[in-house]
Amino acid sequence: MSLTDMYNIALMQGFAGLSLFAVLLLMGLGLAIIFGQMGVINMAHGEFMAIGAYTIFLFSTLTQNYLPNAMQMYFPFAICIAFIVAFIVGWFVEWALIRHLYKRPLDTLLATWGLSLGMQQIFRSTFGPKEVSPTLPDWLMGSWAPSEGLDIPINGMFVLALTALVTGLVMLALYKSRWGLRVRATVSNRVMANAIGINTRKTDRLTFAIGCGIAGVAGAAFTTIGSTGPTSGSLYIVDAFLVVTFGGAASLLGTVASAFGIAQTQSIAEFFMTGSMAKVLTLMMIISILMIRPQGLFASKVRR
Amino acid sequence: MTPAMTSLKDGLLKGGLGSLLILALIILVVFPLTLDLFRLNLVGKYLTYGFVAIGLVMLWGYGGVLSLGQGVFFGLGGYCMAMFLKLEASDPETTKIQSTPGIPDFMDWNQLTELPFWWKPFYSLPLTMIAIIAIPSLLAFIISFAMFKRRVGGVYFAIITQAVALVLSVLIIGQQGYTGGVNGMTDLKTMLGWDTRTDSAKYILYFVSAGLLIVSILLCMWVQKSKLGTLLLAMRDKEDRVRFSGYDVSMFKVFVFCLAAALSAIGGAMFTLQVGFMSPSFVGIVPSIEMVIFAAVGGRMSLVGAVYGALLVNFGKTYFSETAPDLWLFLMAALFIGVVLAFPNGLAGLYESHIKPWIARRVAARKASVTPRTPAAPTPPSTSLSSSAPPAAPARA
Repeated sequence: MSLTDMYNIALMQGFAGLSLFAVLLLMGLGLAIIFGQMGVINMAHGEFMAIGAYTIFLFSTLTQNYLPNAMQMYFPFAICIAFIVAFIVGWFVEWALIRHLYKRPLDTLLATWGLSLGMQQIFRSTFGPKEVSPTLPDWLMGSWAPSEGLDIPINGMFVLALTALVTGLVMLALYKSRWGLRVRATVSNRVMANAIGINTRKTDRLTFAIGCGIAGVAGAAFTTIGSTGPTSGSLYIVDAFLVVTFGGAASLLGTVASAFGIAQTQSIAEFFMTGSMAKVLTLMMIISILMIRPQGLFASKVRR
Repeated sequence: MTPAMTSLKDGLLKGGLGSLLILALIILVVFPLTLDLFRLNLVGKYLTYGFVAIGLVMLWGYGGVLSLGQGVFFGLGGYCMAMFLKLEASDPETTKIQSTPGIPDFMDWNQLTELPFWWKPFYSLPLTMIAIIAIPSLLAFIISFAMFKRRVGGVYFAIITQAVALVLSVLIIGQQGYTGGVNGMTDLKTMLGWDTRTDSAKYILYFVSAGLLIVSILLCMWVQKSKLGTLLLAMRDKEDRVRFSGYDVSMFKVFVFCLAAALSAIGGAMFTLQVGFMSPSFVGIVPSIEMVIFAAVGGRMSLVGAVYGALLVNFGKTYFSETAPDLWLFLMAALFIGVVLAFPNGLAGLYESHIKPWIARRVAARKASVTPRTPAAPTPPSTSLSSSAPPAAPARA
């Protein structure tokens, strides 16, 4: 093995870590808003991601059948639609279920778990028990080879770019927009926020729906990496919660940092051992660190 | 908690022994007399989930701590028992076709040539029995001590226990050579030479498991009635007040978590004995959270109710997966949501709030018709702590 080979392997390994980072961050972002900012445990988060993924699948099938010329173009539109669909479902779920449970986090957990079971069955009845994957446009396939022996998958780069975009938008929205101001006011002191005229109920509903919408985008992005089945949402949920908890629940920056740390740990560990042992090792590290430092990496300064 | 819930708790405790007798009558007499052996074996399997459910009543209903990792302890207990049975099933005589006779078949398939050292204690039944209780309790102690000492509770605890469930199931599936992998440990036949698959053995195991369950309920009732039970309730409702009174709150929580873990482990061991195998499908996230619904449906404050909850949910699961598998998940979803939104105290709560007053009215009406001028019985003074008690009430301890 020559030096350039080693260099290439290191680069590709690094990129594998980066794309896992993008996946984890995209999963965690919606949850960071719902769990971190509102304190609501949404166990159906994975199913909202599945909504996004199925939207893409539906769109790709429709485009293939009715507008075959638009195959190269549909993907960005479909992602927007995925956001909107997940947003609407989230809005409805907040209205029907979550708003009754704001002061009972453990009960929210059980109720949203029930919701996730129901949604899984809906997916199974609608799209069948088999895993589906959309037909992707050509420009998302294959890999980019800047030099001999170096292969960087394009879908990984796409997810990375999308993650950067979504993270940037969320940061901007949370810290520069009117909605972000209301959310942050509600998080730091709900009663006071109410007293100065912020409609906290409306803020909650919007926040929950936006978090769900971002989950939809995440699910849409993941169709470029893997296929979607009725239960694939539940595979993500523990990872997503750990990313957010590990980063420090109320801190968006913490979510970014913890996604990066977890992804690098896991992809480096995967280089030395089997995938499942790498996963066990990573999870054990997260659990032990959380036991020592339960507030996560970046503790919020909010008094509760 | 509201006064209604406190009075509910009083009622449940007072009616506790009576309802336990009814439960004992049902599972020890009615089921064995009316059900055929196949169904009885199924009920026996469900009863092992009852152990987990009563553990959750103590932990969640009384301690206010929700664990989403009870499957871990159920699985550990079950795996300890399965390891003992597996070692007995793979003596050198029956496994002589293997390349290494005398080790479990899955180890041989995975090119292991020697029994790992941590399997060795499971040659002995007494050591296995100790391990069934000790290993899950120790793990529970480590997890809960670290967390409760740092005052981590509620949601964070639930997420961490869920992560532990994920870790254990990934570990078991990944380490196929040591644990049997995704298939689990199968072909468990005898226990100290006693064939556990015969009809008589199935009857005996059913009664042992039902008897152990009733003993466990009695133990939990005793804990509930002791000062410890009162403290647990007080802690759940106003943790700081208990702490300010000088109690070490975290150690009580650690105790109740270990108790719940040990109970689940006994359930797991009995499960393995009755069903004849153990697999990671009873360890992971989904089974662990399903176990919570047993307790929630039965009533998170009622030990006896939790057993009915475990029986009912599992019966429903078996029935619907046979007849209408599509419907089952919707029903399960409705159960989770309904139990949270509409019936927070489950079946036991429904009984307390609807059926019991109805019976009381009927009895009162009959009495009134016999002796018209009987004064109403005075309500006994409430002795339990509740958050709605006036602040001037003398603090306990």
